[in-house]
Amino acid sequence: MSAAPEHAPTMARLSLSDRLAPHMPVLLVPLLALAGFVAIMNPASWLTLTVSGLAMGMMIFIMASGLTLVFGLMDVINFGHGAFVSVGAFVGISVLMLLGHMTSAPSLILNLAAVLLAVIGAMLATGAMGWAFEKIIVAPVYGHHLKQILVTMGGLIVVEQLIIVLWGPEEIYFNRPEALKGAITFAGAAIEKYRLVAVAVGLAVFAAMRWVLRGTKIGLIVRAGVENGEMVQALGYRLKLIFVGVFIAGSALAGLGGVMWALYQEVITAHMGNHAMILIFIVVIIGGLGSVEGCFIGALLVGLMQNYIAFLEPKAALISNIALMVTILMWRPMGMIPVVKAK
Amino acid sequence: MSDAMLTPSSSEPILRIEGVYTNIAQYHILQGVDLVVPRGGVTMLLGRNGVGKTTTLRTVIGHWRAHQGRILFDGEDITKLPTPAIARLGIGFVPEDMGIFADLTVEENMILAAVSGPINSARLDWIFTAFPPLKTFWKSDAGTLSGGQKQMLSIARAMVEERKLYLIDEPTKGLAPAIISTMAKALKDLKDQGSSVLLVEQNFAVAKALGDSANVMDDGRMIWSGDMAELAHDATLQERLMGLSLEAH
Repeated sequence: MSAAPEHAPTMARLSLSDRLAPHMPVLLVPLLALAGFVAIMNPASWLTLTVSGLAMGMMIFIMASGLTLVFGLMDVINFGHGAFVSVGAFVGISVLMLLGHMTSAPSLILNLAAVLLAVIGAMLATGAMGWAFEKIIVAPVYGHHLKQILVTMGGLIVVEQLIIVLWGPEEIYFNRPEALKGAITFAGAAIEKYRLVAVAVGLAVFAAMRWVLRGTKIGLIVRAGVENGEMVQALGYRLKLIFVGVFIAGSALAGLGGVMWALYQEVITAHMGNHAMILIFIVVIIGGLGSVEGCFIGALLVGLMQNYIAFLEPKAALISNIALMVTILMWRPMGMIPVVKAK
Repeated sequence: MSDAMLTPSSSEPILRIEGVYTNIAQYHILQGVDLVVPRGGVTMLLGRNGVGKTTTLRTVIGHWRAHQGRILFDGEDITKLPTPAIARLGIGFVPEDMGIFADLTVEENMILAAVSGPINSARLDWIFTAFPPLKTFWKSDAGTLSGGQKQMLSIARAMVEERKLYLIDEPTKGLAPAIISTMAKALKDLKDQGSSVLLVEQNFAVAKALGDSANVMDDGRMIWSGDMAELAHDATLQERLMGLSLEAH
């Protein structure tokens, strides 16, 4: 038996359209921004709306990124994800209220320290809650989608009621820390400071997630586990431990998103996470189940679309994101950057 | 390569399967399988389609659970161990569907397979010599490889670290003759290094060239065990066990 001949493949240069195809989802964001610019015809308004849309998109991404990973890796449809957003918001804002002397002080460092402590508190609480949620609610229904939907929705209702028991049924209004109030003027456009902070935090979270997923062995295991969990286990990795870790991280990220969303809206309610779930699901679906990059692009598209349409045609804002989802799914039925293959 | 791993530490077989029954849903696939895989050499697992060869391998690695019987690996009972613990005892598994991570690059697939640390460069050179396309497409997504190249990657992934036992399920299935030759040569290298291999194979030319011992299954049971050479040279026996003659292939 002789070996195969020397391998010397001919590398052909792909056409421009073939080379662009993988990058098309990324190009959609500047294309949408460009379309918005043409439609709005006012650079200052466009800049304000664009920053606002990007900020909103970043916050949705932070809330949704955990859900897409949990779905991709664990094949779990977690309708209770919104509970972590609400709990994160309530814990974070409670911490901020406790630190009122720091948030009202005219000191950027004290303000940011208070927000950081609020975020840490929220992420610790939602991370621990995620661990318990996985053990008690999700673990018994692995592999059963209908049961997952039912029990996680049940979990969401229970958590919302617990929030009402602990914090009361009323909406809680609060003020942002001093340093995050107000706006700066740039090129004639008023840009809220908090929105710039939200964009920065969103970019940092995306960069960190991308580094973990692309640059570490844990990330490799997670990405491989999304594709073929059985084979990852056959290589010797304890995927169940990774599952739990991802669930905890996803829950903690939702908690962070909850704090960010609360600071954006300056009001919290027990149902705020549930309400955000509509946007979160749209983002996860159009991004491609299991894809962090797809989730990021999808969130930016949703944020920009919502803001542009609300300015141009307020009545159409309600359906704009559904229309976006339909359009993208007609173009790519598995989402923009699908990771989980059809089963 | 460490001598300690490849030199038989005892006369005990590396793998012993005793009276294993495996059910998949309502189907009783394995019905009392007995199998001994000696240390060193290639043990063939033969039989017609659907007789339980793949299920046997998947039961050993823990993807399916044995409902009865026991599986001893290197003297340790692994019947109830979870798959990762079984793999970490030193078993490399190449599934029938190859189990390639298509969205990861060839490099990332190999890094992932090196469970105990960075890839040994000498071992990687050996793999590149055995499978040159893997070097060419090292930075490419594994999903873009051809069928033969994916199979090379699947086997290379098992070979990237020394294992006490390799479970390989139909590595030449659907491949062109030139690629089959490459596969066979790589498996021969593995065998010459003293590795223990349990190989499911439908290509009888490959089975004859590589196999030291052979086990034939039918209806979820082992119906014959002996030397591969004996089976290869006895057309009547082949006809009786598998309903066809190896010489015809």
